Amino acid sequence: MSNLVVLPMLIPLLTGIIIIFFYRTPSIQRIIAGAGALLNIAVSAYLVQRVYNEGILTLNFGGWMPPFGISFVADMFSALLVLTTSLVSTACLFYAFKSIGEEKERHHFYVFFQFVVVGVVGSFLTGDIFNLFVCFEVMLIASYGMIVLGGTKLQLRESLKYILVNVVSSALFVGAVAYLYAIVGTLNFAHISQRVAEVGQPGILTVSSLVFLVIFSVKAGLFLFFWLPGSYKAPPAVVTALFGALLTKVGIYAIIRIYTIIFYHDQAFTHTIIGWMAAATIVLGALGAVAYRDVPRILIYNIVIAVGFIMIGLVVANQQALEGAIFYLIHDMIVKALLFLLGGMMITVAGTPRLAEMGGIIKRYPALGWMFFIAAMALVGVPPLSGFVGKLLIVQGGFSGGWYWLTAIGLASSLLILYSMMKIFMNGFWGEEKYAAEDAEPVSLKGMLAPAACLLTISILMGVGAEWVYPYISQAGEVLLNPQLYIDAVLKE
Amino acid sequence: MEILMSIAVGVLFAVGTYLILTRSLIRIILGTTLLTHGVHLLLLTMAGLKTGGVPLLGEQLTNYTDPLPQALILTSIVISFGVTSFFFVLAYRAYQELGTDDMEQLRGRDDE
Amino acid sequence: MKINDVILQTAAKIVVFIILTFSIYLFFAGHNNPGGGFIGGLMTAGGLVLLCLAYDTKTIRKVLPVDFRIVTAIGLLVATLTGLGSFLFGAPFLSHTFDYFTLPLLGKTELATATLFEIGVYLTVVGVSMTIILSIGEDR
Repeated sequence: MSNLVVLPMLIPLLTGIIIIFFYRTPSIQRIIAGAGALLNIAVSAYLVQRVYNEGILTLNFGGWMPPFGISFVADMFSALLVLTTSLVSTACLFYAFKSIGEEKERHHFYVFFQFVVVGVVGSFLTGDIFNLFVCFEVMLIASYGMIVLGGTKLQLRESLKYILVNVVSSALFVGAVAYLYAIVGTLNFAHISQRVAEVGQPGILTVSSLVFLVIFSVKAGLFLFFWLPGSYKAPPAVVTALFGALLTKVGIYAIIRIYTIIFYHDQAFTHTIIGWMAAATIVLGALGAVAYRDVPRILIYNIVIAVGFIMIGLVVANQQALEGAIFYLIHDMIVKALLFLLGGMMITVAGTPRLAEMGGIIKRYPALGWMFFIAAMALVGVPPLSGFVGKLLIVQGGFSGGWYWLTAIGLASSLLILYSMMKIFMNGFWGEEKYAAEDAEPVSLKGMLAPAACLLTISILMGVGAEWVYPYISQAGEVLLNPQLYIDAVLKE
Repeated sequence: MEILMSIAVGVLFAVGTYLILTRSLIRIILGTTLLTHGVHLLLLTMAGLKTGGVPLLGEQLTNYTDPLPQALILTSIVISFGVTSFFFVLAYRAYQELGTDDMEQLRGRDDE
Repeated sequence: MKINDVILQTAAKIVVFIILTFSIYLFFAGHNNPGGGFIGGLMTAGGLVLLCLAYDTKTIRKVLPVDFRIVTAIGLLVATLTGLGSFLFGAPFLSHTFDYFTLPLLGKTELATATLFEIGVYLTVVGVSMTIILSIGEDR
């Protein structure tokens, strides 16, 4: 029992609540939000270290023992994702200070922001499937607020679709919980896993696992990403950065969690289906990334590709592949947020998202240009950077696990990612300046570059210092491979 | 009773799906509420209808109904209450801003 | 268009008090019986909405100069802090406890920390529902 487990969720919650009181004065909001975010990084880092030293930590709300009460479980996988979430959200927050504008700040921007973080962290930490639904909803309702904030016509139209898709999939989520509850009669992950293992996952459980797969795929953008490009394009860059880095990753987390802890008995069937979905996601995402010619869309389709790529790790499900998936997931959260922040700055500078009307940005903003280059290299997976280690592990695992075709698709996608990134870099940063008059004052990027630089540093450190990061990743992978560790930690206290 | 409830769930799902697929925004929202009602009923039915007495301490029964689904449904109702009201506010704003509640007319290219 | 709403206004004046009283009864009944913060809060909001219907929102704003967004925030804060309170005693988050006290007038009474949490829920529900209804209702 340790109350530390719930703190990474409580700090943003309290911060968000306190900010409501100051909705008239954005300056105070910024101070509180910033302080809360920094505190949360410290707490989550401490949580990671505690989990590293002591193994899985659990907290039973209100002292009700599992499987009857709600429990929060911090294994290394969750703890690392929580730490990444707090890092990424803090960078986005500091970027928002400079870019979001007072009008939105007065309309509770930071409150929604904090509540998105609450929902994301809650989803990572919870050990109860219905509580996962509740945390999803907290995150989604706050994201509805963020996506519509500003109220332009485009935003209103896109958010209607976004909400409709999510309301329907949430309804199905409750339905899926109903089916699962009818079969196993419990909601606690560990307890479900135990009972599923007892009966050896017959067909009816596999079917209900597929219902969950459909729901989480909608949220993660795995194959069912039809809603994603339109909705993510509508809000400001910083909101897209937050959504792209966090919201889809919660869906990925949920898929990985239920298919490693609970439904791991019929891998030949379920994991093949996920494999096909991942392959289709990568191919379709790559087509989108190659075809479009504006910055946000290319980046959004890159989110989709990454979702498919991480899923390869789950499909293969051996030690290397799972570790690779975890590493790549963390890397992708950081780099996607970074790329969207940089893309947002490009749009701020050029005044247009279209590549055809940009060009030559690097002349006046060399720092922005080179940061984008390094981030793009990290995304592609060029050796010293963070993307490389994750890709290497997934590919190694994939080949040794015999999933040649899937891994080959994953590898080929890297080339198309490289092409799409270089398209942005060459058309946006090189060439003639098309976006502004010769003597125009450069737009000030002060305060926007710094958060991006921090994320970039983390990404580089993760790649260069992979040796030091690896023990943590390996501990996380161990729990995914041996669900019994998770079950013992939760139920035998 | 279970069969009756299942039919009710099916009808709610069918009507909800039909409404969601119509063009009017207000019907779509009503469709989502019906869909959630159907899901709640499904949860209630799947977890077993009345299998015993009231699950209270003072009753001292040996056989009582599982109270958990009802707690889950209550939570889900509260959430769908919030989402639906937000959806209504948004639809109203969209109607004012865009001048139509017909999804067909909301189509178009994203980058105008 | 002028609407004759004498009957509604006169009735509302009395009915609102009945509703509010019943909502408070429901709130306290919720500890051991059906009721509780959520239902009590919704009923209070219902009473206030009735007032808004009978009179107009401007008058109600004057009578009740409360920013319901702040009410929501206070409610959330109370609920969260109640949960946090268990940290002080080294108990898990959201633990609750109760004891019996002898109070003047009421005699032996059960006081539970869960009630504090319920107050938070009550305020949040009142705040959220009123914010939603007023934000649609005030818009012309």
